Amino acid sequence: MKILVPVKRVVDYNVKVRVKSDGTGVETANVKMSMNPFDEIAVEEAVRLKEKGAATEIVAVSVGPAAAAEQIRTALAMGADRGILVEHDGTVEPLAVAKILKALVAKESPQIVLMGKQAIDDDMNATGQMLAALMGWGQGTFASKVELADGGVKVTREVDGGLETVALNLPAIVTVDLRLNEPRYASLPNIMKARKKPIETVKPGDLGVDATPRLTVLKVEEPPKRQAGVKVGSVQELVQKLRNEAKVI
Amino acid sequence: MTRSTAADDLILGLTRVVDLPGLTAAAGAPLGADDIAAVIGEADRFCTEVLAPGWQSADREAAHYANGRVTVPAQYHATMKAWIESGWQGVAAPEAHGGQGLPHAIWTAVNELASAADMAFFLGPILTAGAIDCLDRFGTEDQKARWLPKLVTGEWPGTMNLTEPQAGSDLGAIRTRAEPLGNGRYAIHGQKIYITWGEHETTDNILHLILARLPDAPAGSRGISLFAAQRILDDGTPNALRCGGIEKKMGIHASPTCVMLFEGAEAEMVGEPGRGLNAMFAMMNAARLAVGVQGVGQGARALQLAEAYAEQRVQGGRPIAQHPDVARMLNEMRAITLAGRLLALEAAAALDRHHLLHDEAAATRLALLIPIVKSWCSDRGVDVASLGIQVHGGMGFVEDTGAAQVLRDARIAPIYEGTNGIQAIDLLVRKVAKDDGAAMRALLAEVAATPGLAAAASRLQDATATMLALQARDADAAQSLAVPYLEACGWTLGGWMLVRAAAAAPDRAPLAAFYLARLLPRATARCLEIEAAHAGMASVTAPAAA
Repeated sequence: MKILVPVKRVVDYNVKVRVKSDGTGVETANVKMSMNPFDEIAVEEAVRLKEKGAATEIVAVSVGPAAAAEQIRTALAMGADRGILVEHDGTVEPLAVAKILKALVAKESPQIVLMGKQAIDDDMNATGQMLAALMGWGQGTFASKVELADGGVKVTREVDGGLETVALNLPAIVTVDLRLNEPRYASLPNIMKARKKPIETVKPGDLGVDATPRLTVLKVEEPPKRQAGVKVGSVQELVQKLRNEAKVI
Repeated sequence: MTRSTAADDLILGLTRVVDLPGLTAAAGAPLGADDIAAVIGEADRFCTEVLAPGWQSADREAAHYANGRVTVPAQYHATMKAWIESGWQGVAAPEAHGGQGLPHAIWTAVNELASAADMAFFLGPILTAGAIDCLDRFGTEDQKARWLPKLVTGEWPGTMNLTEPQAGSDLGAIRTRAEPLGNGRYAIHGQKIYITWGEHETTDNILHLILARLPDAPAGSRGISLFAAQRILDDGTPNALRCGGIEKKMGIHASPTCVMLFEGAEAEMVGEPGRGLNAMFAMMNAARLAVGVQGVGQGARALQLAEAYAEQRVQGGRPIAQHPDVARMLNEMRAITLAGRLLALEAAAALDRHHLLHDEAAATRLALLIPIVKSWCSDRGVDVASLGIQVHGGMGFVEDTGAAQVLRDARIAPIYEGTNGIQAIDLLVRKVAKDDGAAMRALLAEVAATPGLAAAASRLQDATATMLALQARDADAAQSLAVPYLEACGWTLGGWMLVRAAAAAPDRAPLAAFYLARLLPRATARCLEIEAAHAGMASVTAPAAA
């Protein structure tokens, strides 16, 4: 069974994100970039499935600038077998990514597309769902447990009310949540082996996809600064302020 | 000024300042800029996410000795397991025995990141790397096959048993005996002190390398041979060696510094009889380079803590990082740390050029750089750690911030692996005077050709001539000036490295300019000290000479 794992190059989670001074977006020049942490969990899960003998090949895919090859290389060092870089500079919206992935799925015929539920840069939480719709496949999103059984996949989902378990026929889309696993650190021998694993580079146009954004960003700005609080003298004053000023009770 | 992480700087240094891609391509095993970035990036991640977080709690828990047993902080059992699984022990180890065979410069970078993350823990792996190097060069094929695979993974750490109470800087005074057992093996009797990670239970076994004398050995350094003894013998029984106690120290509390008692421990000889010290000296360059790098690592940790504190501590309506004197301290810390980091990489690249390309000029350059890197970088590590405390103000003197721990941990580096005073004498007598200053003059000619450094290089050329003349006339007087001379070399070469970094990456130019204006004068001061002291000595000794 082949697993396709899309991985996104994003600003590292430790970096304090800053808005560009001209308000056109966030600063990414000279900023540490890493693999989206949710995607890392997806890679880890795929590698575990392969180690258990359930999967035979893991293909890591990234849509982004040439430098996104670094994130593919990280996935290869964790245990993916080969990579595909769909090279595209500038913004790629979830629908464009979903269309690109659809074209790759047609080419690669994976049984599972295993991916992060969202990326930490724009928190869209859309690509997996869009891909499932485009493919007409079942989807198990926000997975905290993934079990292969009876020719299908059982996915335990983290939903607002608790846990929901869905059984999907294969092929299927699974998007993963934070509690699914704890990704491994690539060991030095595996980092060195990853250097020799192949990464194929294609353009969205090669896959018949027009990745031009459909949305126009008007302005990006920092959230307003929090105002200083006030100290209240008594419970009565607090209640009075909540009622008359905050109007929440 | 642009802020960069240690890993960013190491990648820049390896790829564009010391040109490791070019060096490895010439050696036929090319390591591209992408490969270097990937390896250093992952090493940084392991160090910052696995090693660094437990650093303070390990210091508080510390190593203990009771009823003949050594305990290290409980978390170190998991840390050691993670270290072994990570494979980083094998960075520069021979491929034939499971290592990656990467250049020493890569190991040097890993060493800095890991020492900054948890110096007390990482002393174990550093010694293991030394033992790997030693066995690879001097062990028999049989010994290599039996021991190296275990050492290269880190499953068996290695230790170095050199010092005895009466034999510190003077290893010729060693008394530990090795008695032939008749079966090609030996029984070791004696006491060793200051044995780092000499005993612990985080691994199944330990391989001790020991300097000892054969019964018929001549007195002094020519009578010393090298032996290896397993903590646990192949049949599973404990060898006749034990820890007799551990030291209470100023810093590196989590690293057990052991008194080792050898009570007839079964051992094998490594290398030739009477050649033990030669084997040690063969490893000395790498060991001394590693200690200089520890200084850089402690400086880097101090800087990281100080930068974070100075940005969030607001006084007088603005973060203290913006107060002119605090900004000055932070810039000194940044400039010194980057200079030391790059100087260490320059030395490591010279080691690789010698090792991989058999370049004898590189060996000469390495010999010259080693005492400077060991001393200058370890002394600066202490300085930067102290500045780091100062940036924190009162909180720096309180243990919670960790700033104080950096200083306590950093303070050992100027002492061990040959004190910094001995390094300075090594530089003067064994490196500079040995070829009448030729190698130093060649190095300074390169420095002089670097923009902004002509005057500093010329002044140091003059000081070198003064030192050589004094060494020829009055060796004791020259040696009393050896430390200022080494310091003048260190401050000058630090500037050389930063100017080269600025040429490779223009965003480092402001830091290089700061160094040349504010720190390079310290080299001038040391040269003036040498000239003034020399003038005083000349006036005192002149009548006697006449």
